[in-house]
Amino acid sequence: MSGPTDRIPPALRTEALEQLLVERELVDPAVMDKFIATYERDVGPMNGAKVVARAWTDPAYHERLLADGTAAIKEMGFGGPQGEHIVVLEQAADVHHVVVCTLCSCYPWPVLGLPPSWYKDPAYRSRVVREPRAVLAEMGLDVPADRRIEVWDSSAEVRYLILPRRPAGTEDWDAERLAGLVTRDAMVGVAEVGAP
Amino acid sequence: MDSIADMGGMQGFGPVPAPEADEPPFAETWEGRAFALTVLTMGRISGQNLDAFRHALGRLHPLDYLSDGYYGRWLNAAELMLTDSRILAPGAVDARVRRNRGEDVTEPPLPEPRRPDYAPTAAGSLREVDDPPRFAAGDTVRTRDLHPTGPTKLPLYLRRRTGTVAALRPAHVLPDTHAVFEGENAQHVYTVSFRSRDLWGPEAEDFTLHAELFESYLEPDS
Repeated sequence: MSGPTDRIPPALRTEALEQLLVERELVDPAVMDKFIATYERDVGPMNGAKVVARAWTDPAYHERLLADGTAAIKEMGFGGPQGEHIVVLEQAADVHHVVVCTLCSCYPWPVLGLPPSWYKDPAYRSRVVREPRAVLAEMGLDVPADRRIEVWDSSAEVRYLILPRRPAGTEDWDAERLAGLVTRDAMVGVAEVGAP
Repeated sequence: MDSIADMGGMQGFGPVPAPEADEPPFAETWEGRAFALTVLTMGRISGQNLDAFRHALGRLHPLDYLSDGYYGRWLNAAELMLTDSRILAPGAVDARVRRNRGEDVTEPPLPEPRRPDYAPTAAGSLREVDDPPRFAAGDTVRTRDLHPTGPTKLPLYLRRRTGTVAALRPAHVLPDTHAVFEGENAQHVYTVSFRSRDLWGPEAEDFTLHAELFESYLEPDS
């Protein structure tokens, strides 16, 4: 524990810790490089966007996704840490879902990758379970008063993926093109997917 | 324990940072290194006991939890667990930083490791439980008045509250004992729904709050 004035910058502490663990052969820098690259390139919201776009264009998949999110997501080839049990919640005209983890920053890694800054921020974690409408408005999403808000605090190992509403004007779009519209923020429930 | 990590409902953190459209997973190089170091050493120090890692986050001094953001707290929790299991000597990281800066520092000797005597009974956190679930969807339940000094996943803001069971989820290992290497004690887990005004008073926004709660956190509402 250190006070605020004598803190060593985390970059230097990380470097020192890595040296100590590499010297002891507890970690291999080449394996670290590969692991970091996986989360920079292969695991991210583009995975979730493919799931959403398929649900929008394939009614049977849509049904399977809502019935058993984990299995339907696995069908698309996505699984792994922080994806043991994924529940998919569908936005609707009368209900708006939004997801948080107040105790840590639990997040469905296989479909959304690592969480963005705002999701991990104490302000989001503390406030969205207390004043979600105000928080969403601050983040640019005004939820009409007649639309019910449901907040999901991922306090154990269930992970949530939000299925946003398909925007108007995309009726003849295919799944690949639709996936390009789907954002990370919409799949956590702090935004909607905008019309093209 | 009532730790800095249990943030639901706390006030004073100000506005939520504006989302960035294409935020990379790691804003700085060290964040990716800290992430990889933590995940890749966790198996060696605790047999992938993720609950122990989360509890290490909660055991940090609030300054160490908050000062360097998400990956800063990961780094600090990893160091705490590595020190607990005597893979690192206390002060080893600080000494190495100073040596790297060119200071004349004697690094502490390597301690004799004392890793937790622990192995998971299966991969991941989900388990089968033989006992039938105590509650069913639609039941009214009350969260217990628990004040453990060790880990818990019953958030402060959901203690002593009345809610409704919305769904039974797959059983999980119980973090309260698992995080401190005292057994998996798998339990049924429920999604419980609360009315916002039962949590935050009659002036609060009107919404529904759902959370996953372990069976031992709940009692029938009477």
